[in-house]
Amino acid sequence: MGNGTSVSGGEVYSFQTPKRSSKMAELASELAHTPEQSVAPDHSKGPGKTAKTPQSSKHSSSNKEQLRSKKKEFVSTTPYRLRKRLAAPDSYLESESEYSASCSEEEDEEDQQEVSTVLSGQKTPAKTKAAPTPPPRNSLAKKNKEEKMSNLMEEYFEAHSSSKVLTSDRTLQKLRKRRLNQETLRDLLTKAPLAYAAEIKELNQQHESLFSKWMLQLHLGFNIVLYGLGSKRDLLEKFRTSLLQDSVHLVVNGYFPSITVRSILNSITEEVLDHIGTFRSPLDQLEFITKRFKEDSSLELYVLIHNLDSQMLRGERSQQILAQLSSLPSIYLIASIDHINAPLMWDQAKLSLYNWLWYETTTFSPYVEETSYENSLLVQQSGSLALSSLTHVLRSLTPNARGIFRLLAQYQLEKKDNPSYPGLSFQDFYQQCREAFLVNSDLTLRAQLTEFRDHKLIRTKRGADGVEYLLIPVDDSTLTDFLENQDEDA
Amino acid sequence: MSTCSVSKGCFVFKPSAKKRKLSQSTAHDFGIRNDDSEDTELRFVTCQSLWNQIKSETEKVQEDLNKQLLDNLMNFLSRFHSEFQEKTAEWTCRMKFREIPTAALVLGVNVTDHELTFKSVSDFLQNNITPYIALLEAKDCPGVKNLMQKLMGQLMNCYVDVDSLEDEDYVQVSQNRIRCSMSSLIKWYESVTKKTDSEAPSKKRTTSAHWQSPPVVVIFKDMESFTTKVLQDFIVICSQHIHELPLVLIFGIATSPMIIHRLLPHSVSSLLCIELFQSLSCKDHLSTIIDKLLLTAQFPFKLGEKVLQVLINIFLYHDFSVQNFIKGFQLCIVEHFYSQPLSVLCCQLVDLQKRVHSLSHDQCENIRRLPSFRRYVEEQESGKQVALLTTDNFLKEEIQKLLEDLHVYHENYVSILRCLHVFTSSLPKYPLGKQIRELHCACLENQVWETEEYESSLQLARMLNKSDLVTMLQQCMEILLSSSGKEFDKTVEKLKKFLTEFQNLEAEAFQEQDVSISSQKELQKKTDLYHLQKTLLELKESRRTKKLTKFEMLRFEVVDYIDSLVRKYLVPADRRTLHEILYFNTAAVLRGHLNAAPRTALHTALNNPHWYLKNQALKCDGGSISNKAPDICIVYKLHLECGRLINLVDWLEAFSTVVMAGEEPNADTASSDQMDDIIHARFIRAVSELELLGFIKPSKQKTDHVARLTWGGC
Repeated sequence: MGNGTSVSGGEVYSFQTPKRSSKMAELASELAHTPEQSVAPDHSKGPGKTAKTPQSSKHSSSNKEQLRSKKKEFVSTTPYRLRKRLAAPDSYLESESEYSASCSEEEDEEDQQEVSTVLSGQKTPAKTKAAPTPPPRNSLAKKNKEEKMSNLMEEYFEAHSSSKVLTSDRTLQKLRKRRLNQETLRDLLTKAPLAYAAEIKELNQQHESLFSKWMLQLHLGFNIVLYGLGSKRDLLEKFRTSLLQDSVHLVVNGYFPSITVRSILNSITEEVLDHIGTFRSPLDQLEFITKRFKEDSSLELYVLIHNLDSQMLRGERSQQILAQLSSLPSIYLIASIDHINAPLMWDQAKLSLYNWLWYETTTFSPYVEETSYENSLLVQQSGSLALSSLTHVLRSLTPNARGIFRLLAQYQLEKKDNPSYPGLSFQDFYQQCREAFLVNSDLTLRAQLTEFRDHKLIRTKRGADGVEYLLIPVDDSTLTDFLENQDEDA
Repeated sequence: MSTCSVSKGCFVFKPSAKKRKLSQSTAHDFGIRNDDSEDTELRFVTCQSLWNQIKSETEKVQEDLNKQLLDNLMNFLSRFHSEFQEKTAEWTCRMKFREIPTAALVLGVNVTDHELTFKSVSDFLQNNITPYIALLEAKDCPGVKNLMQKLMGQLMNCYVDVDSLEDEDYVQVSQNRIRCSMSSLIKWYESVTKKTDSEAPSKKRTTSAHWQSPPVVVIFKDMESFTTKVLQDFIVICSQHIHELPLVLIFGIATSPMIIHRLLPHSVSSLLCIELFQSLSCKDHLSTIIDKLLLTAQFPFKLGEKVLQVLINIFLYHDFSVQNFIKGFQLCIVEHFYSQPLSVLCCQLVDLQKRVHSLSHDQCENIRRLPSFRRYVEEQESGKQVALLTTDNFLKEEIQKLLEDLHVYHENYVSILRCLHVFTSSLPKYPLGKQIRELHCACLENQVWETEEYESSLQLARMLNKSDLVTMLQQCMEILLSSSGKEFDKTVEKLKKFLTEFQNLEAEAFQEQDVSISSQKELQKKTDLYHLQKTLLELKESRRTKKLTKFEMLRFEVVDYIDSLVRKYLVPADRRTLHEILYFNTAAVLRGHLNAAPRTALHTALNNPHWYLKNQALKCDGGSISNKAPDICIVYKLHLECGRLINLVDWLEAFSTVVMAGEEPNADTASSDQMDDIIHARFIRAVSELELLGFIKPSKQKTDHVARLTWGGC
């Protein structure tokens, strides 16, 4: 066991180099056709590796084809001039590191594509901005030469200087399957078999053989921190159930979104020490705990923290308090960390308080619990939580209030094509509401809006002219769904 | 009870009082892994007693090292105190300028060790000078008000400690109610000193140790982290009251004394009467620790070369913390006794015989399995070989002899090492290192006399001048005389002989000098250029061909003798039989636990899952990754190809391309719709896992994009 010592620091912490987005698709097709797998004949056209991508991925799956053709309509690619240049094989290879706005699948049907790209190039000015017009060919070559000579430093600045990001414009909205809510996701994942279960189990057994050693080291005054890929929750649970059944212990789910140091300290004082009363500050509370543990030497407490590096606990003050807590001789801390930068939380002083022994426990188990609390990416993708909360709140409101919100939502959807839509100004909104017989004075409207704001249903913003603008901070698709749902309800 | 909940993050488990084990024995944990239960108990006890010995030894070292500092501090305080009591002219003068006596303790950058120093300082002051000590830390004092609160809290609490608990109520009240101001502090001080003064004759308790009207000492543990405003205000306020309250400040400084002037403007720093105290540097501290823990025959447990190197590297390149070094040492002891069943024999010589004789058959087998012992057996003649491998009793006797040898070897090793160090530490450019620990590592690593550095240092030693050589020989003799090894009588005699020969040389050299002077005189006589040239050439010629002087011959002899000693005694420990029992040499474990590289582990797991999951399908030649790898590895590998932003749709598509290719071909006959959903779900999971690991974060720059947070490979 143990991580590969062959990995050098340069490999782990090297500079980011600018890369083309199509590279991902290229790699994907490469991976898809590792030798023993290759079924699709690889008839590459042209000298470079340029044409491979679309060919192979097309052959690999039949249903991908329709997916792609569907996508064609909205794919927007580089301007025509650039496209043409890229189509010429050698200049394409030359410019590899500089232009990256192209998508993966345009090479096969060149003629059609060219037409469509001209159109899309004209239609979306934003895209043209993203892909700089290419310099004349000779300066390109010169630039290329310079590139070769460039050292790491230049690479760094190159990667970080330009604010333009060259990626395709496709969005999940346009995909057929765009929405998976938490439950269906969970269902689907439980249906999918866990890969390499046997190996993972073996890995876990190796870690489990260390339990008694952990126990010994905890008792000798060390604290234990687990790192490595994979959820360490089950491992710690197993440790808890197998060795800690007969002793007082506290389990802290660091990944829980509203965990605080305060709540950890509270559960120690209230539940472990049976103390009733409150404290002025966490420091006072810590002092109390320290005193109690020093007075009564028979008191012992095992603390298990899943994800000590979570969003809520990684703050300096929280870590300081936890470190001080863990430095008490009769409190035994065993924690897990996952974030790649987690060790940066601790300075020398905290490290010496924690007195860590590091254990590598790579488990490869999926982070089921840790990522289950409405992770931002999921919400962004599905928006289901936002939708359900919208409907939920709206249901508890009066019909008039619902009407007011509807008005605002409809207006916002009408203006969804206007990227600089600031929101609906209060006066206009009042006018509209009056016309719909929803309110009779601007005071009632304001009262209603305050309620919306309290539920975070709307956001107000003052424009440059001092006018108040109202906006629903929800993306358009969710809003559409919401209105549809409302119609059904009504 | 489950620990998953959507409303709660902390779960306390309290077993019923009956079930709860009252004192869980640590020894119990020690034994779970091993079957030979009779030894584990003993091993654990040995381990604990050894560690306790070592701990007390380190504490003693620490104390000794601090002694100088504490004495100086004591003098400093007593000087000001006597001035304050007698109200001398100097004191009145100082009062006129309102200067606060201040000690600046320069402690060095190893912040983690400071805690111990401060503890010993405050204990020392508490026991000898004054009960009124307040230790302040920057993080508790964001403002002057908090500082005063903290200060008064600590001072009044210590008052309780001194004056027993009878009037605790009074203090409790006062602490809560009194406004935290300087005047209330002064009032408190007056009342307290008056009380102890009046009490002193009747109950001779506190005054015996403490001085009359003891000073109030305020220690700023980390001076650099205090906000300047707080410090300035506090100093100005104190200086206003210095004639009523004998206040002394102590600054703990990690960087350089210059920081005082950088933090405080002249108007404030002129209110301080600063004296500088330098604590011992952490490097010296480490040398002493190594000297007392490793280069001694006191403890049976020893560190192997690699382990020592790891500990020293952590010290030199990471933290300069002696505390951490000792922690590492502790871990070594625990590891050794936990993982090596034969460590039961790692004990003092007195206990050895009993323990060897009580060895079980299994343990004997363990010994026969040791590589160093097998090497030893192979060297013996066949009859003895059989006896060693079959008869336990014979083996035990042999073991005892060998272990005794090993102890003797170590004793001799240390003495000769010190002698060699006397020589090498004075050579130019220090080919074998300046510190004895470097020499120690070099000797443990391999046969030192085969290294180039040793060769060059011998050559340099052959050029030493006489006086140096003589003093070195004398030092060596002292070292050998003081060592407990019995073998050194002859060596000492030999060295003595060398010394007398050097003395004889001196007399001879005196005569020789006469000769050379006369020849020089001759030279001066000749004024003719041709003749001069000729004689010079002759002289040069003679010097070249000249036989070595007696001194040079003797020098060669000395160096050769030292060389022979080195070859005899400084054999690396891992060449010795049964070294596994006394020497801990598993450096990888130590490095893994103390100096872990979490990011490297992640990198390996993501790039090369085969390292962990021993499945043939995952085996791939370097760089690439199989399409059957775990989802997160594939997603990770794909994201490496992207720039700062990643389009989720592209990513998803690339992912499904890879995964579809990896699936069994019959999958496409099943409903592709469901397949798609599952892949989508797996993708979402992998992406949110990457987010948890900190490789990406959601981005608002573009819809459905995530931002990459890492550069390059990981």
